[in-house]
Amino acid sequence: MHEMSLVESVIDLIKDQARKDGFRKVSIVRLAVGELSSTLPDALLFCFEAVSRGTIAEGAVLEIVTVPGQGWCMDCTKTVPLSERFGACPECGNYHVQMTSGDDLRLSELEVE
Amino acid sequence: MMCTVCGCGTAKVEGKNESHDHPHDHDHGHRHCHGHDHDHDHDHDHDHHHDHDHHHHDDSIDYGGGIAGVHVAGLSQERIVSIEKDILSKNNSYAADNRAQLVKAGVFTLNLMSSPGSGKTTLLVKTIEALKDRFPIVVIEGDQQTSNDADRIRATGVKAIQVNTGKGCHLDAHMVGHVLETLPLAKGGLLFIENVGNLVCPAAFDLGEAHKVTVLSVTEGEDKPLKYPDMFAASDLMLLNKADLLPHLDFDKNACLVNALRVNPKLQTMVVSAKTGEGLDAFLDWIAARAAACAQAAE
Repeated sequence: MHEMSLVESVIDLIKDQARKDGFRKVSIVRLAVGELSSTLPDALLFCFEAVSRGTIAEGAVLEIVTVPGQGWCMDCTKTVPLSERFGACPECGNYHVQMTSGDDLRLSELEVE
Repeated sequence: MMCTVCGCGTAKVEGKNESHDHPHDHDHGHRHCHGHDHDHDHDHDHDHHHDHDHHHHDDSIDYGGGIAGVHVAGLSQERIVSIEKDILSKNNSYAADNRAQLVKAGVFTLNLMSSPGSGKTTLLVKTIEALKDRFPIVVIEGDQQTSNDADRIRATGVKAIQVNTGKGCHLDAHMVGHVLETLPLAKGGLLFIENVGNLVCPAAFDLGEAHKVTVLSVTEGEDKPLKYPDMFAASDLMLLNKADLLPHLDFDKNACLVNALRVNPKLQTMVVSAKTGEGLDAFLDWIAARAAACAQAAE
């Protein structure tokens, strides 16, 4: 379950930000999670509830924005959708695709009071 | 196009309490998410729940509700704090500290990863036995529980620190940093970090090593690199272990190597047997050459 450590890292980042920013309550936590990041949104949600308990983020809603996978196909010379990290180009079938987006694991923003 | 306001465009949102997959129109210049005030100027109370369709479902909790269940424009204390930080940024900064310390000390560090049962510890024991007279060696052993592996390493006479990750499925840079505080780091020495047996999670966590090495055994499927690509993509070297068993198995060695290279065209591969010693010399030479360069760079 590395989602557990990811969520712990998110809580750490929120605590750091709270110290800097002085907010006392977090209502929404927005994450950007790439489709190709090998991370399960459901597991993140589950872990968030457990890990946030007793922290400044307790009770906050975790919103996960899924970032679609994309890659640059060197044969088609264009950006194509990518459903697997090292998958084939959906158009030409070759594996000459370099992932350009979709491995994001980012704390985007917070709604705070 | 992804919406630059809340990132919702083509992306899916899997929030807990609301269905955020609203097919809303982005032309209007306000955020219509959640219970905070709007910067646009309407002279009516624009309570969200009724103004436009947020695709409520019966089981969803109030989409626009504020903390106290009230929503009065201009009076909300809520605000947005933009963070835009990589979730792994903390780990990465600990890893950078570890790496700087190890490079400065001239200690060549490998992070060994594999699924459980690949023969990683046996391989490490054989490697240590072959190299311990030439290099000062220390080992960090990561396991969820027990110190069995550290005991096996200590039997070779080198120092081994066991880190039990407990609930964790991988070592992280913070744990390794703590161990480094206590380890004797001799210039020209080797540090082997044997990660928790797991082909998924350790790939994401940089520990500060010089190289990640993945051990795969021929008793696993030849499609492992495709099933668990992150690990192979993150590694610089793959050791295909238990080669002595190849005559007894249907394992297609070449297909396995092709799969690994598809995921990571720069991956170096070696076919070895920790049991018979087959192919191990290549690995020992690989280590020795890099350790020498690492020690030289620290001078």
